[in-house]
Amino acid sequence: MKVRVLIMPKRGLLDPEGRAVKEMLTDNGFTVKDVKVGKVVELEVEEGTDIKKLVEGFLINPLVEEYIIE
Amino acid sequence: MKFGVCVFPGSNCDYDTYYVIRDLLNQEVVFLDHETRRIDGLDCVVLPGGFSFGDYLRAGALASRTPLAHAVVDFAHRGGLVLGICNGFQILTELHLLPGALLKNAHLRFVCKDVYLRVENNSIPFTRSYEKGEVIRLPIAHGEGRYYVPEDELRRMEENGQIILRYCDADGNVTEEANPNGSVGNIAGVCNREGNVFGLMPHPERACEDLLGYHDGIILWHSIVNV
Repeated sequence: MKVRVLIMPKRGLLDPEGRAVKEMLTDNGFTVKDVKVGKVVELEVEEGTDIKKLVEGFLINPLVEEYIIE
Repeated sequence: MKFGVCVFPGSNCDYDTYYVIRDLLNQEVVFLDHETRRIDGLDCVVLPGGFSFGDYLRAGALASRTPLAHAVVDFAHRGGLVLGICNGFQILTELHLLPGALLKNAHLRFVCKDVYLRVENNSIPFTRSYEKGEVIRLPIAHGEGRYYVPEDELRRMEENGQIILRYCDADGNVTEEANPNGSVGNIAGVCNREGNVFGLMPHPERACEDLLGYHDGIILWHSIVNV
């Protein structure tokens, strides 16, 4: 079973990486309201694997990150 | 006292730490491999600076899932002294031995310079040889040192005296300009409620000899030994 986990910085937290990308895009003439930079983790796991436990226990820090499973 | 220095793949301040403990403090010290499953017969365990497991996923995240990290948690719960420096601090927050998290510096640059710090609490074993309110100078070198903790938790930590070091100017004023990474409340070092686990972003092991132009760091090590 293939799983894709999208990990993003929590809303409201300063995301300096996103801010830097936004500034670069603005400097290049694009009008961009906001940019957030996160990461994607692709997993190939056995059927029945507790994905929530895997993600929340090992892949993200729930204090500062949120996630979506695709 | 007998010390242990944790060695994860990517630790790079392990030998500096070992040298300070053995040669400057004249204490017993052993290295602890990252596959170590149980810590016995030691008084203090140090998680040194570096880039454990390349800081993949998040700084300290992979190291915090090793057998040695679990052994450190067990050691801390048995009352052992645990000191985390820089990457070691990041690992301790990932382990939930310390509250909060360390995020990318607000300005996104790796910062490598000297900073002034105010000792906010000198009642824990790691800072008792400093004066309360004393301003010290230590070097920092990190890309992910922005300390973050939610507001309610921060209030509880302040009430419990868990804020140990704050970035300040040479006169001890805690100002925005003196904050090198955007940490909440200019926080540079915190401890757990019991005071036996302490983490800080600055490097006291790099400030132990006049030859290097520093000596404020050695006081921290003396504090531990003089418990």
